[in-house]
Amino acid sequence: MSDIEFVSISKTFPRGGAVFTALDGVSLKIPDKEFVAIVGPSGCGKTTLMRMVAGLEAPSSGVVRVGGRAVNGPGADRAVVFQQFALFPWKTVRENIAFGLKCKGMSRAERDELALHFIDLMGLSGTEENYPHQLSGGMQQRVAIARSYAIEPEVLLMDEPFGSLDAQTRILMQEELIRISRVNPRTVLFITHAVEEAVYLADRVVVLARSPGRIVEIADTRPTRQAEGWDKVASEEVMEMPGFGHLRAHIWRLLRQQMQLPAREKNKDRKT
Amino acid sequence: MTAGQQIERWRLALLSLAGTAVFFGSWQAVAGSGLVSKFVLPSPAEVIVAGVSMMSEPFAGDTIQGHVLASLGRWAAGFAIAAGIGIPTGLAMGHWRVLDAILSPIFEGYRYIAPLAWVPFAALWFGTGIGGPIMVIFTGAFAPCLLNAYRGAHQVERHLTEAARTLGAGGVRVMLEVLLPGALPSVISGLRVGAGLGWQSLIGAELIVVSSGIGYVLVQGQSNLAPEIVIAAMLAVGLVGLLIDVVLRSVESRIRRRWGQ
Repeated sequence: MSDIEFVSISKTFPRGGAVFTALDGVSLKIPDKEFVAIVGPSGCGKTTLMRMVAGLEAPSSGVVRVGGRAVNGPGADRAVVFQQFALFPWKTVRENIAFGLKCKGMSRAERDELALHFIDLMGLSGTEENYPHQLSGGMQQRVAIARSYAIEPEVLLMDEPFGSLDAQTRILMQEELIRISRVNPRTVLFITHAVEEAVYLADRVVVLARSPGRIVEIADTRPTRQAEGWDKVASEEVMEMPGFGHLRAHIWRLLRQQMQLPAREKNKDRKT
Repeated sequence: MTAGQQIERWRLALLSLAGTAVFFGSWQAVAGSGLVSKFVLPSPAEVIVAGVSMMSEPFAGDTIQGHVLASLGRWAAGFAIAAGIGIPTGLAMGHWRVLDAILSPIFEGYRYIAPLAWVPFAALWFGTGIGGPIMVIFTGAFAPCLLNAYRGAHQVERHLTEAARTLGAGGVRVMLEVLLPGALPSVISGLRVGAGLGWQSLIGAELIVVSSGIGYVLVQGQSNLAPEIVIAAMLAVGLVGLLIDVVLRSVESRIRRRWGQ
């Protein structure tokens, strides 16, 4: 079991003599193997939530549990795909993907075999001995995703993974991610500011408000997804379906309200 | 390379050659003019003769090659210790802020103490043994090794170390497989500077605490009133230093090329 549980999470920072509240009482349960996307304006603390699950940041109050255990530092049961890919420039594609397996203490033969399996699965065949700087952005992110999947984590954390890709590559990568998560279902927490991407990929979309960050609404896309059969057709067809359009417009409206709302009094000095 | 660049390179090489020729020419002219005694300034020819004869005839207990090897041995030992301690410490300080806070004040004070200021202590602790000069080389090479590793580790992007940790890497693995390769260009620059400073410090130490090595030849040349031997030894110091730098430079550029920097 690898459910994620946020229990009344708050995060505060000292800022210019005052206390800035980034997250305020966020509670959320993500059941095992569910794909949840968090959308929200920049500065709403969505990346901070993801980093707490990864064990890279700690909440000021509240607790994050994965599989029932409180998170205490990073671990290979929770893999992260970063927006900047975070590939090791001095390692080849194969070595990058095998890195986590090496940390697990696998023999060279074992990890090369597993790495090749994921290289194949992500459509990276032929690039095994290339260095990251020799690949396009889309290919680099494929390597990063393969590297995360290779350690067979319980939970996959993705922080705007397609944010730095061009529009076409981005759509192809979204379809790819849908395909991979059918083969390898995981509990996924996906951070994005792109509404369309969130609706297309996720079982549930969590909308965050900012200043301070809190949950405004949780939209379940699954009834519409099943009724309209999104996963059976190409993404451009999904985008034209009425149910998809409704969900997208609904979430957009919530976000627009957020952006037009004046920030709460205690955080009005916030710049970003 | 275009024809123009080719010509420009030749022109610069010719100028370098001309500069060297004028230097040695003036030196020969002054020394040969009879205005200064050969005990004050021997001519380049006399220096070369002295240097060549030291290759077969021992001076101060050994041939010049023997002295150079003795110096190089001490240098290698002191330099290896400095790199072995300085690089991991610098990497760790660059990444873990706690360690940085603990060690920085000590290091900031230490780095302004000239290596030669350690010579009295080297003599006190090690007498005329091998330890003294090694310690002085260490004090010369340690600061650049540590400082450049520290700067290099600082420049390693945070998300790389975070990625490694979320993939299950522990502290030692983060250091060896992320911080060290990420900081490597800077680490190599530190090694280069440290190697040079260590070599210079060594000569200083050998003036005082030992009875072999190229620094010892310098002192013995002076007390035997043989300035041509002193200058020949100085040339040997310069040449070996240059050689060390050339080797490390080529390692540095190979690494930069390989990572597409």
